[in-house]
Amino acid sequence: MWQPIRTAILLFVVMTLLIGIVYPFAVTGLAQLLFPWQAGGSLVKINGGKTVAELVGQPFSEPGYFWGRPSATSSGAYNGAASMGSNLGPTNPALKEAVRRRIIALLTADRENRQLIPVDLVTASGSGLDPHISPAAALYQVPRVAKARGIDSRKIEALVRINIRDRQFGIFGEPTVHVLHLNMALDAMR
Amino acid sequence: MTAHGIFQITTYFIALIAVAIPLGRYMARVYQGEPVFLKGMTGPLEKWIYRHCRINADEEMTWKAYAGRLVIFSVMSCLVVYLLQRLQGFLPLNPHGLPAVPPDLAFNTAVSFVTNTNWQAYSGETTLSFCTQMLGMTVQNFVSAAAGMAVLMAFIRGLKRTLSPTIGNVWVDLTRTILYILLPLSLVLALFLVSQGVVQTLQSPAEVGLLEQAKDGAATAESVQEIRLGPAASQVAIKQLGTNGGGFFNANSAHPLENPTPLSNFLEMLAILLIPVALCITFGRMLGDGRQGWALLAAMMMILIPLLGICLVSEQAGNPSFRQMNVDQSIGALQSGGNMEGKEVRFGIANSALWAAVTTAASSGSVNAMHDSFTPLGGLVPLVLMQLGEIIFGGAGSGLYGMLMFVLITVFIAGLMVGRTPEYLGKKIEAFEIKMAALVILIPAAVVLIGTGVAVVTRPGLAGILNTGPHGFSEILYAFSSAANNNGSAFAGLNANTPFYNLTLGFAMLIGRFGLIIPVLAAAGSLAQKKCVSAGAGTLPTHTPLFVMFLVAVIMLVGALTFVPALALGPIAEHLAWMRS
Repeated sequence: MWQPIRTAILLFVVMTLLIGIVYPFAVTGLAQLLFPWQAGGSLVKINGGKTVAELVGQPFSEPGYFWGRPSATSSGAYNGAASMGSNLGPTNPALKEAVRRRIIALLTADRENRQLIPVDLVTASGSGLDPHISPAAALYQVPRVAKARGIDSRKIEALVRINIRDRQFGIFGEPTVHVLHLNMALDAMR
Repeated sequence: MTAHGIFQITTYFIALIAVAIPLGRYMARVYQGEPVFLKGMTGPLEKWIYRHCRINADEEMTWKAYAGRLVIFSVMSCLVVYLLQRLQGFLPLNPHGLPAVPPDLAFNTAVSFVTNTNWQAYSGETTLSFCTQMLGMTVQNFVSAAAGMAVLMAFIRGLKRTLSPTIGNVWVDLTRTILYILLPLSLVLALFLVSQGVVQTLQSPAEVGLLEQAKDGAATAESVQEIRLGPAASQVAIKQLGTNGGGFFNANSAHPLENPTPLSNFLEMLAILLIPVALCITFGRMLGDGRQGWALLAAMMMILIPLLGICLVSEQAGNPSFRQMNVDQSIGALQSGGNMEGKEVRFGIANSALWAAVTTAASSGSVNAMHDSFTPLGGLVPLVLMQLGEIIFGGAGSGLYGMLMFVLITVFIAGLMVGRTPEYLGKKIEAFEIKMAALVILIPAAVVLIGTGVAVVTRPGLAGILNTGPHGFSEILYAFSSAANNNGSAFAGLNANTPFYNLTLGFAMLIGRFGLIIPVLAAAGSLAQKKCVSAGAGTLPTHTPLFVMFLVAVIMLVGALTFVPALALGPIAEHLAWMRS
């Protein structure tokens, strides 16, 4: 009885040292050596000395910027300290209501827009930190951004088209537009 | 559905089989003690561990000794993980200054990781320190997966050996699994994931500027975004490979720092099914008849693929109640369309549906989209895959030993039909083995149904529901299906961090793990003692398409008889009501 317990304790201690300490620190060391930028959260310095995170979405609500996915994170949208989705079920009236509110916000900011609204622009992402929207969702917002900025909408549309990222290696995932990149490019236009 | 979605899914399955075959052969060599290329590096470490822990690698154990030691090891693991959470406030590597985890949640989480379930009633980035994540969660991700694979090896030895009182050495099985299989694979995968942007750092949090607020001048609380980082890649790699599934962050693999790109998504999905698929190959190899492994693999695929199809079609169809609202859910070159609530744009519908099916076929339970927001039939698919008993690939090791119990039942039923004593791989299947197999099938099913039943008639059970109506019932049914079958994914709207759910689901996970391991090992012990009968004219071959079909039919029949009434109250009722409105 006592002998298996002793072996279990010894093996547990050894495995904890190996897997709980040596392994994560080895991965951290190798990662910092091989991919220091990615391992540290893919942070980028932009003009004006600010640092932004390449992979984590940011909230946008001014008409002159492209808006990202609605975010369901607690204590404010795009809370990078508490990722979450809305978890609203498909038949929940609260979901329909949330979508309706988002549609009203989009139409209030751009009254003449009669296009169908791309679904990803009115539904919350899984993480609440989705950095992308679909190309359709970016093109939908072109008239509003153009008007707010007083720039010809054809120029804005051209900018969106440049910022469409195809599937990774042409195979994986879906075509996307990186909202932060697009907005930074917008700011750089003038 | 698009051609491109189907193309991605086909690519996935081809890549999966292509990687699993060599890994399966490699694992067979490892478990049979044959030389492998890693021996030069890990061999001395393995010997050092045996010497240091006073393990006699040649010692053989009876099934009772094997099971007893595994239980002792698991109980100790539970205690340590519990204490780490309770004491994390006093321990190092706690940059976010997180306090002790409350006792009921700490119990639930300890059980969850030790049983390879990884049900998470907590949110990773706001509850656990890096110390707890590394010493608690990462360690259990390895050892719980290794435990499942060890039990499978014991069962295979039970089939192979004749007139033997023993089924192997649990310490050796655990050590070899970790050193030769899980650790090297995790190291490689973790680095691949970091290259895609999965974080691996002890510096956290990062404060970054918000572009929109930048022009307002002075930096205020609103102009800064706090992003929690951490040693995620090392844990994410094993969470996928070991069919654990517990996320470093709350949003699991939907989080852009846990699964940043479509390629990382592809690799993580490969990792989820890699070991369960490869073990089918290992099984065939070790028994000297590869066809036996392929037959099981075929049966699993025959159930997975149609269910995946249902999930994909219904997620792509989108939400009918948005149609009158001028929302465009159609699929095209510029958007993936469909039901995008709870999904990420970079993955779209095809990769989210594929992940949902794969993660619940395997007992991973990691998610890259929120299952609670799936359409009724889209959400039915993960629910059914768990309820079938986590045997369609299932957990590392545990999936295949669960499947083998169904095989025993199937040969038994076939034997009854023709009035012969059933046998499998030369072993007579008698009353004892059938009793054990029946326990393995009935125990989790009973826990799911009784647990759900109790929760829906008690106030604390009902208090956790987020979505009302049939969907709320689905949330509870999903929670108990996930816990009792050691999956770990959730309809996460359910507020499960209450004493009621932490305790009931905690016990569901314990019963769902050890209530299965013990009968499986008992069956292994009984089979090992039997002599081998040579195949005769009346022997049912277990590698033919006929047998595969029969096995699938038995699995689906048992699943349907057990769960259709419950499913009718949840997702099916929701779907019918949805179609009418």
